[in-house]
Amino acid sequence: MCTRRSTRQGEIELELADRLAEQQKSISVAEFFEKNKHLLGFDSPTRGIITTIKEAVDNSLDACEEAEVLPDIFVGIKKVDKEVYRIIVEDNGPGIVPKQVPFVFGKLLYGSRFHQIKQSRGQQGIGISAAVLYAQLTTGVPAVVISRTSHRNKAHRFEIMIKTEANEPEILRDEEIEWDRMHGTRVEIEFKTTLAAKKRLLEYLMYTAVVNPHARIKADIDGEVYNFERVSEEAITPPKAILPHPHGLELGQLKRIASLSDDNLKDFLINSFSRVGDKNADEIIGGSGLKESRKAKTLSNEELKKLLESMQTTQVPPPPASQCLSPIGEDMIIRGLDKEFQLDFVRSRTRKSKVFSGHPFIVEAAIGYGGKLESEGTARILRFANRVPLLYQQGACAITNSVSEVNWRAYNISQQGLPTGPVLILVHVASTNVPFTSESKDAIASIPEIEKEIVLTLQDLGRDLKMFLGRRDRNKQFEERARAVCSILPDIAEKVSQIVDKPVPDISPLEGQIMKKIVAKKGVRDGYVEILVNNYTSTPVSLTIYNISPEDGKDATPKPDFVDKIGDDFNKLWKVEIEPDGMWNARYSGKSGGTLDIRGVEEKKLVVIDLDN
Amino acid sequence: MDKKAVSKLLEIADKWYSQIQTAQIPYISLPTRTKQNIEYDEKTEVWKYGEKETMRTASSAKSALHLLKMAYVVGFLKDQIGENRSSTLREMYYISEGWKKAKFSAQDESNMLVEDLEIITELSREAFHLRPEEDGASIYGPVRIREQTRRGDKDIHCRDDVGEAGYSIPNNVERLTFLENDAKFVIAMETGGMYARLMENGFGEEYDAVLLHLKGQPARSTRRMLKRLNNELGLPVVVFTDGDPWSYRIFASIAYGSIKAAHMSDILATPGAQFIGVQPSDISEYNLPADKLTEGDIAALKSELSDPRFDTEYWRNQINLQLKLGLKSEQQAFASRGLDFVTKEYLPARLSEMGII
Repeated sequence: MCTRRSTRQGEIELELADRLAEQQKSISVAEFFEKNKHLLGFDSPTRGIITTIKEAVDNSLDACEEAEVLPDIFVGIKKVDKEVYRIIVEDNGPGIVPKQVPFVFGKLLYGSRFHQIKQSRGQQGIGISAAVLYAQLTTGVPAVVISRTSHRNKAHRFEIMIKTEANEPEILRDEEIEWDRMHGTRVEIEFKTTLAAKKRLLEYLMYTAVVNPHARIKADIDGEVYNFERVSEEAITPPKAILPHPHGLELGQLKRIASLSDDNLKDFLINSFSRVGDKNADEIIGGSGLKESRKAKTLSNEELKKLLESMQTTQVPPPPASQCLSPIGEDMIIRGLDKEFQLDFVRSRTRKSKVFSGHPFIVEAAIGYGGKLESEGTARILRFANRVPLLYQQGACAITNSVSEVNWRAYNISQQGLPTGPVLILVHVASTNVPFTSESKDAIASIPEIEKEIVLTLQDLGRDLKMFLGRRDRNKQFEERARAVCSILPDIAEKVSQIVDKPVPDISPLEGQIMKKIVAKKGVRDGYVEILVNNYTSTPVSLTIYNISPEDGKDATPKPDFVDKIGDDFNKLWKVEIEPDGMWNARYSGKSGGTLDIRGVEEKKLVVIDLDN
Repeated sequence: MDKKAVSKLLEIADKWYSQIQTAQIPYISLPTRTKQNIEYDEKTEVWKYGEKETMRTASSAKSALHLLKMAYVVGFLKDQIGENRSSTLREMYYISEGWKKAKFSAQDESNMLVEDLEIITELSREAFHLRPEEDGASIYGPVRIREQTRRGDKDIHCRDDVGEAGYSIPNNVERLTFLENDAKFVIAMETGGMYARLMENGFGEEYDAVLLHLKGQPARSTRRMLKRLNNELGLPVVVFTDGDPWSYRIFASIAYGSIKAAHMSDILATPGAQFIGVQPSDISEYNLPADKLTEGDIAALKSELSDPRFDTEYWRNQINLQLKLGLKSEQQAFASRGLDFVTKEYLPARLSEMGII
C-alpha cells in the first residue's frame, strides 16, 4: 500500500510507524474486558447485578453437581450505600482448595472445565472473575471469598483484587477463620448497581429453581426473603467428560491434542477421540494419505489439515450423549413448573440426543397452560441452556425463533409471531458445547439441527395441549348447558307451584342431577325412614353415610356398617360404593329420620336434601 | 265442561309438581307427531297417533324452556277458564310477551303447544276457551240449519237464505243443528273459482248437491262440518282439488285425518270421503293443459309414497303415474274444453263411476 508513495512521504510514514510501534504492546485479557464489559454481560449496572448472581449461582450448582450434594444456595443483596450493593452467594459445594481460590476469582479465563467435553453451566472461567473485575472498577472494594473443603480443614477467607495489566490475582488478605459450614464457598462482591431489575432477578432465581428441582435456593433481597424449595431429593448424576468427537474438531484443537500425544497415528486416533475404533481409524488414515506409523506429534500443519479433513468426512457414530449430557427429565420439569406456576395443564418431552457438528445435544421442552399464568399477552417463554436460564436477547435466540415457527393456531392457541394467552413454553438445550451467539451467553445461535429438534418437540407437545383444551372446552360447554337448564328450573317450579297452589319445592336435587353431582336425600314415608343416594357424576364414588336419629335402625336394610349411641341418638354409618349413574338406598322403620351427612366427596359435588324440611 | 278442562290442566301441573318434589327432573310424554307414527284405527276408520312417544325432559335448556312455556300456557288457560274469558291463539301469542323467558318466539310455537295440550288432555282447544283463528269456509246447498248466535238462534237455509257467497261456516260447528235437507251428496272444492263455476252452472240444483268451498287447506271447522254432514245426514262426501301433491294432502286430511291433528281425527276426519279429481290419469285422458312438476312437487309425491295414509293401490298407481308424466294440472284446466265441460261431462262421469249418482 505504501510502496507507490514518494520517498519523502515514505520517510515521514516510517517515522510515524516507529512512533506507533512504541505504543504497541500486548493487552491483558483483563484489560480487554475492562473496556468491553458488554461482551460478558456487564453492559449496565442493572444488568451487572444479575450477571454476577447468575455466574456465582451457576458455579455453585456446577460445584455441587460434581460433588453430588444437594445444593443449598443462599443469595444475598444488601444495600451498602446509595447505588452500592453487596452481593453474597454462598453454597454447600465441595469448596475450593486455598491455593486455587485467588486464581478462580482473581484471574480471567481460569477454569477447570474449559477443555472438558461435557455438559456444564460455566465453562470458560470468565464469569465470576469478571464480576470481581466489575466490582473493582465501580467501587474499588476487593472481593471477599470464604471457602472450606472439609470439616478437617479450617475455612480460608480471602480478600482479592485483579491486577488488570497482568490478569493476575492480587491477594490483599488471606486468613484462616471459623465457619459454620462444613464445606462450601461464599463470595461477597460489592459494586455500584441498582435494584431496578429486581423482577428479572427473581425470574432468574425462579427459573433456576424450575430446572434445578434438586436445589434449594434462599434469597434475601435487601430484607425481603424468597424461598425456592427443592422438589426432588435426588442429586443429579454429574455428566462425565467424553473425548472429543472427530466431527466437532477445529485445527487448533487437533494440533493441541496431537502435540500432547506419544502415540502413532492409529493409536492416537483411537485413544484421543470418541467413537473411533480400529476400522474407522484405518479409514481416516487412508483418507488422509498419511502413514499409520507416524507419531501424531510430528505431523506438520499441512498434514494435520489433511488429517482433519479426513476425520470430518469419515463416517463415525455419534458421540455418546448419555454420559456427557444430563437432561432434567420430563417428570422433574413438570414438578419444577408445577411448583412455581400451579398450572392447569403441563406436559414435557425429553428428546433423544442428536448431534450438530460433532457435538451431542438434547432438547427438552414443556408446555404449561392456565394456573398462575397471565391470561393475556404473549406466552411466557423459559429458555435454558445447560440448566441455566437465558434472560436477555430473547428475540435473537434460536429457541424463540423455533417457538414462532410452530403454527400454534393448529393447536387452538392464538399467535402473533409468538403464541399468546395463558401459555408457558419451556425449552432446554443441553449440550457439550451450547452454541451461544456471544460470550455473554444470552441466546443460542441458529443451528438448523437444534431448531428442528425444538420445533418437533413443541409440535408434539402442542398436540397434547390441543387435546387438553378440547376436553376443557367440552367440560365448559357441558357446564354452560347445565347452567342454562338450572336457570330455567326455578321458573318451572315456581309456575307449577302457582298453578297447583302449593309451596315451591326445593329444586337443588334437580340441579344436582343436571350438574352431575352426588345427590343424597332423606325423608320419612309411611313409617319408614328412607335414605337415597344417587351418583350423577361420571366416576364411581366411595362414600361414608352418617345418619344420626333417635331410631336405632335395627331393622335397617342394608344393615349399617357401624352403629353407636350419642346421647339419646344413634349414629348409623354405612360405607358404600356407587357406580356412575348408580343409586344406593337404605330404609328402617321410624318417624324422625334425624340428620344426614355424607363424606368422601368434594363439597361442590354434593347435594344433601332433607325431604321433610 | 269447564270443570273437566280445568281438572285436566291441573292434572298436568300436579304431575310436574310431584316430579319436582321427588327430585325427578320434570318431563312430559307425548305421541310422536310425525307420519312415522300414525296408525290406521279399524274401529273409527281414521288415522291416529301410534304408540311412539316422545319424552320431553327438562334436562336440556331447550326442553326446559318448552316445559316452562307449557306451564305458562297451562296456567294461562286455567285462569282464562276460571274467569270465563276466551281468546284466540294469536292473542295468546301476544299475551306471552309478558311471560319473560316463557315468551313465544313465533306463532307456530304457541300453536304446537296448544296441540300438545289437546293431545294430553284429550280435549279440543275450544274446551280451553281458545277460539280458532282461521276463517271457516262456505257452503251452498239444500240444507236448513239452526245456528246459536250471540243474538239468539237463527234458522238458515243454506241455498235459499244466502247470497252468492253461500253460508259461512262458523268457528264452532258444535253450535249448529241440522234441521232438514234435500241433498244427495256433498262436493268439497279446493278453489273458489271451481266453487263459483259449479254455482253458476247450477250443478247443485241439478244434482241436489251441497257445494263446499275448502279455501285451500281446510280449517278444523270446515273439516268438522264435513264430518257432521257425512255422519249425521248420511251424505257421501267427494273432494275435488287440483291435481298436485299438495292437493292430495288436503284430501288426506279430510278423509284420513291430518298428521298435525291426528289426535282429533275422531271428530275431524270423514273416513268415507272420496277423491274425485283432478286425478293424474285425468291429465292424460282429457289431455289437460299442464305444468311440469317442480323438484318440490316430486319430493312431495315421493314423500307421499311413504305416507301410510296413501298406502293404497289407487294412490300408489296415481302417484307413480304422475311421477312418470312429470305433470300437474289445476281444477280449472277443464275450462280448456269449455266452461260447461266440468259440470256436464267430467263430474257426472266421475260421480256415476263412483256410484254416487
